[in-house]
Amino acid sequence: MRRHPIIQMVAIGAIASAIGIALALWINWFPADAAKQDKPIDTLYDVLMIVSIPIFVLVMTVILYSAWAFRMRPGQEKEDGPPIHGNTRLEVFWTAIPAIILVSLCSYAYAVLNDIEKVHADELVVKVHAIQFAWSFEYPQANGRPVVSNQLYLPKDKPVRFDIDSQDVLHDFWVPAFRVKIDAVPGITTRLRATPTRIGIFPVVCAELCGLGHSVMRSTAHVLSPAAFDRWLASEKAPAVNAGGGGGRQLSQAQLIALGRTTFIGDGGCGACHTLADAGTTGTTGPDLDRVLPGMSEDEIRTDIVDPNATIAPGYQANIMPPNFSQTLSSQQLDGLVAYLATVSK
Amino acid sequence: MIAKLRAPGWYRAGLFILLGIAFSYLLVGTVRSAMHYSDPWTDGDAITIVSLLGAPLFFLVGLGCFDYWFYWVSGRPTRPEDHSAHGATGWKDYFRVNTDHKVIGIQYVCTSFFFLFVGGLLAMLMRAELAQPGMQFVNSQQFNGLFSVHAALLIFLFVIPVFAGLANYVIPLMIGAPDMAFPRLNALSFWMLPVAGTMMVGSFLAPGGSFATGWTAYAPLSTEMPIGQLFFTIGVQFAGASSIATALNFLVTIITMRAPGMSFFRMPLLVWANFSTSLLVVIATPFVAASQFFVLLDRALGFQFFDAFVGAGKDGSVLMYQHVFWFYSHPAVYIMMLPGFGIISEIISVKARKPIFGYRMMAFSLLAIVVLGFTVWAHHMFVSGMQSWIRIPMMITTAIIAVPTGIKIFSWLATLWRGVLHLDTPMLFALGFLTTFTLGGISGVMLAMIPFDIHVSDTYFIVAHIHYVLFGGSLFTIFAGVYYWFPKMTGRMYDERLGKIHFWATFVFFNLTFAPMHVIGVQGMPRRVADYAQQFAGMNLAISIASFLLGISMMVFLYNMVVSWRLGPRAASNPWRALTLEWQVSSPPPIFNFDAVPTVVGGPYEYGIPGAVHGIFQSPAEAKPTPAGNVATAPTTE
Repeated sequence: MRRHPIIQMVAIGAIASAIGIALALWINWFPADAAKQDKPIDTLYDVLMIVSIPIFVLVMTVILYSAWAFRMRPGQEKEDGPPIHGNTRLEVFWTAIPAIILVSLCSYAYAVLNDIEKVHADELVVKVHAIQFAWSFEYPQANGRPVVSNQLYLPKDKPVRFDIDSQDVLHDFWVPAFRVKIDAVPGITTRLRATPTRIGIFPVVCAELCGLGHSVMRSTAHVLSPAAFDRWLASEKAPAVNAGGGGGRQLSQAQLIALGRTTFIGDGGCGACHTLADAGTTGTTGPDLDRVLPGMSEDEIRTDIVDPNATIAPGYQANIMPPNFSQTLSSQQLDGLVAYLATVSK
Repeated sequence: MIAKLRAPGWYRAGLFILLGIAFSYLLVGTVRSAMHYSDPWTDGDAITIVSLLGAPLFFLVGLGCFDYWFYWVSGRPTRPEDHSAHGATGWKDYFRVNTDHKVIGIQYVCTSFFFLFVGGLLAMLMRAELAQPGMQFVNSQQFNGLFSVHAALLIFLFVIPVFAGLANYVIPLMIGAPDMAFPRLNALSFWMLPVAGTMMVGSFLAPGGSFATGWTAYAPLSTEMPIGQLFFTIGVQFAGASSIATALNFLVTIITMRAPGMSFFRMPLLVWANFSTSLLVVIATPFVAASQFFVLLDRALGFQFFDAFVGAGKDGSVLMYQHVFWFYSHPAVYIMMLPGFGIISEIISVKARKPIFGYRMMAFSLLAIVVLGFTVWAHHMFVSGMQSWIRIPMMITTAIIAVPTGIKIFSWLATLWRGVLHLDTPMLFALGFLTTFTLGGISGVMLAMIPFDIHVSDTYFIVAHIHYVLFGGSLFTIFAGVYYWFPKMTGRMYDERLGKIHFWATFVFFNLTFAPMHVIGVQGMPRRVADYAQQFAGMNLAISIASFLLGISMMVFLYNMVVSWRLGPRAASNPWRALTLEWQVSSPPPIFNFDAVPTVVGGPYEYGIPGAVHGIFQSPAEAKPTPAGNVATAPTTE
C-alpha cells in the first residue's frame, strides 16, 4: 500500500518534467543569435534546463504530496510521526548523485568554454575604448592611421578579437546577440572573441554600472557582408571630407542641419542624455537643451560639445559627458550638429 | 537638565554627537593648518568624512555603551551584580542600552524590520520608474541611488542583523544559558546598527546625492563619487564591526555556555547554523572592512590603491578591489542563508512532528558550506577580466557547494515524509522557502557554468537569482522564524488567518515579480539601468505591478504583528509542543531565562518517541536519558 503512492508520484513527476522540459525547449529564451559563440551557449542552457527541471519537479512533488497526504487531520492534534532519524543509504545516494551530475555539467561547460574562446589565426582586431558614457571602436590599419568609429562594424564570418580598455572607470562590453561580454578595466586590456554569423544590426550594451549615464551607454553593432565591410573601411580611410572647410563636397546649410539632426539622434547619441523637443529625445542625464540652448552662439555650442568640462550647467557634474566627440564625430557631423542646434534654439 | 545630560541616555547622546562634530572639526582644522593647507577650516568634504567617523563613536559613548568599561578603567567602583540595565519593564527600556539578550534580540528584529520597510519602499520607487521605458519620476543619479541604498540597507541592515537578532533571542534559551557570554558587548553591537542605517539613509541628504555605485561600490567609480559615497563606505564599517562583535559573542556563548548534557551533537540545528555563520562572519567580514577602508583612503587621502592608469605613473589595481570585496561578499551570501537553514530545520521538525532526518549530515553540511564558501568568490568575476584560468576551479567549487545544500533540501523533504504536518503560517513559509530556494539554487548552479554566466552576468537574470535566494530564501525563513517565535518573544499569539493571507500573497506576488526577471535577463536587459529598450516594456510593466502587490502584502504582515503584539491572545509557554529548551519556559521567559539550570538528556528533535524529552529541570540523577540523533537504527520506510 505504501509503494503505491510512490509509483503515482514518479508517474506524475515524469509527466510534469516532460511538460516542463518541452516548454523550456519550445520557448525562445535568447535574443537573436548572430555569432558562432551562440549555438554552444544556447545548447548548454537547454541541457541545464533538461537537468534542472526534473530536480525541481522532484522537490515539488514531494512537498505537494506530503502537504496533501500527511497533513494533520482533525483528531491528530496530539499525534507525532514515526521517529525516523535517518537512512545512511539514502543519504549517500543524495550526496553522490548530485555530485556526479554537477561534475559532469562542469566538464561539459569547460568544453563549451574552450569552444567559444578558441583562438583563430586570421583574427580581425578591433580595439574597443570605453569612456563615460560612450564606446569608440578603433580598427588598426597596417599602413596609416587607424580608423575610429563610434559604431561597431564587423564583417560576417570573420573571427574578431576585441581588445578592450577603459579610460576612466569599469565598463562592460556586451553584444547580447553574440552572448559574450567582458569588463573594460582601467589599467589593463581585456580580450574577447566572437565570430559574427548573421548580417544585421545588434545593440551594444554597457553591462557594468559606470555612473550616471550607465543606462544610455549604448552603441550599435553592424554586421556586414565582407564586401560591404571593406567598402565601409575604405570610405572611412579616405581623407576626411570637408576637412578644414576645404576639399570634398560642400554641404548646403539645409543639408548640414539635416545631418546634424541625424547625428543628434543617431550616431552622436546626444539624445540619450539630452532632452530636445525638435529631435523628440527625452534623456535627463544631461541638461535639457530646450532650456539651456536659447541665447548661445554657435561657438559656445561647439565648445560645449568638444570640451564639455569648460562650462558646467548648474546642477550637473563635470566628467559626465564624454570629452572625445571631436575624435568620434567627423568634422562634418560636428559642423552639422552646431548648425542644427543653433537653428532649433532660435 | 544637567543630571539628564550627565546620565547615560538620549540627552547625553545628543550632546555627545555635537561634541563629536566639534571634535572632528577641530581635528581637521588643526591637522590641515599644521600641514599648511590654504583653507584649513572650511573644507566641507574633510569635515564631513571625519565627522562620519567621529560623531558615531561619541554618540555611542553618550548613550552609555562604554560606561561600565570607563568606570573599570578609571578605577571607579563597578557593580558586576548590578542588573539595572538588564531586562525591560516598559517600551522605553527598548530605547536604551540594555544588556538582556531578549531585549537586544527584539531591538535587533524591530530595527531591521524598520529598514526592511525603508528598503522595500525604495524598491517600489525603483519599480515605479521602471514601469515604463524613458525617465518619469527620478533622474539617473536618484535612480542609481535608489538601487544602491535599497541593496545596502537590505543586506547590511536587514538580512544580516535580523538573523543576529532572532539568534540573540533564541540561542541562549536554546542552549540553556542565562544570557550571552558578553552582554555589554552585545548591547554595543546592537547600537552600532542604527548608526550604520541612519548613515546610509541619510546619504540621500548629502550634497551630490546618495551613494550610487550599487552595494558592491566597485572602485574606481566609488573613489570618484561625491561625498554621499562615503556614507556607505563608513556606514559599512559600523555594520561590519557590529556583525563581527556579535559573531564572537555567539561563538563564545555556544562554546562555553551550553547547559550540562548539551553536547555539540545534542544542539538544535539553529545553534549549529549560527555557530557556522559566526565562523564565517569572524573570518570574512574583516575583508569587506578592508575593501571599504581602501576606498576611504583612496577617496579621502589620495592613496591610489585603485587608480590604475599605469601610463600616468599610477600602479593601482582595479581587480584587487573585487577580489577583496568578494572574498567577504560571497561568504556573506551564506551568512545570510545559514541561520535561515537553522530556522527551517527547527520549524520543519516541530511542525512535521518528526525528528530531523540525518541530523549529523545536517550539521556537517553546514560546516562543509563554511569551508567551501571561502573557495568560490571569483565566480562573481567571470567577466571581470581577471586571469582566465581562475574561472575553472571557481566553477567547480561553485557547483560542488550545491551538494551540501542539496543534502539539506533532501533531508528536509525526508523529514516531511510520513509526518503529521501542521500547515500553519510558519510551516507554510518553510514549505514556500523549500520551493523558492530550490529555484534559486538551480539558477545558482546555472550561473556557475562559465559560458552561460558570461552571457547573463550583470543582467536581470542575476537580479532574479539574488532575489530568489535572499527574498525567496532568507526573507521567507525570517518570516517563518518571526511567526514561529512570536509567541515566545511577545507572550501573545499572532492572527493565524492574516498570517496565511500574508503567506499566499507574498508567495504568489514574489514569484510574479521575480520569475519574469530571469526571462528579460536572458533576453539581454542589463541590471542597474534607469532606462531600457522598448522590447522589455511589457515585461517590466508586469513586474512593476506584481511588485506593488508584493509591497501591499507586507502591510498585512505589519498589521498582524503590531495588532497581535498589543491585543493578541496570551500565548501558552509551549504552543507548538516543541522539545527545545526555549519552549520549556514561560512566554516571554523570566528575566534570567531559567529559574533552575536545565540538564539536557537527549536530542532536540525526538518527536514520535513516547516520553522523550530534550532537557529537564530536575537534578541530573533523576534524568532518563534518550539517545541523541541515532542514525539508521530506527525503522525506515522500507
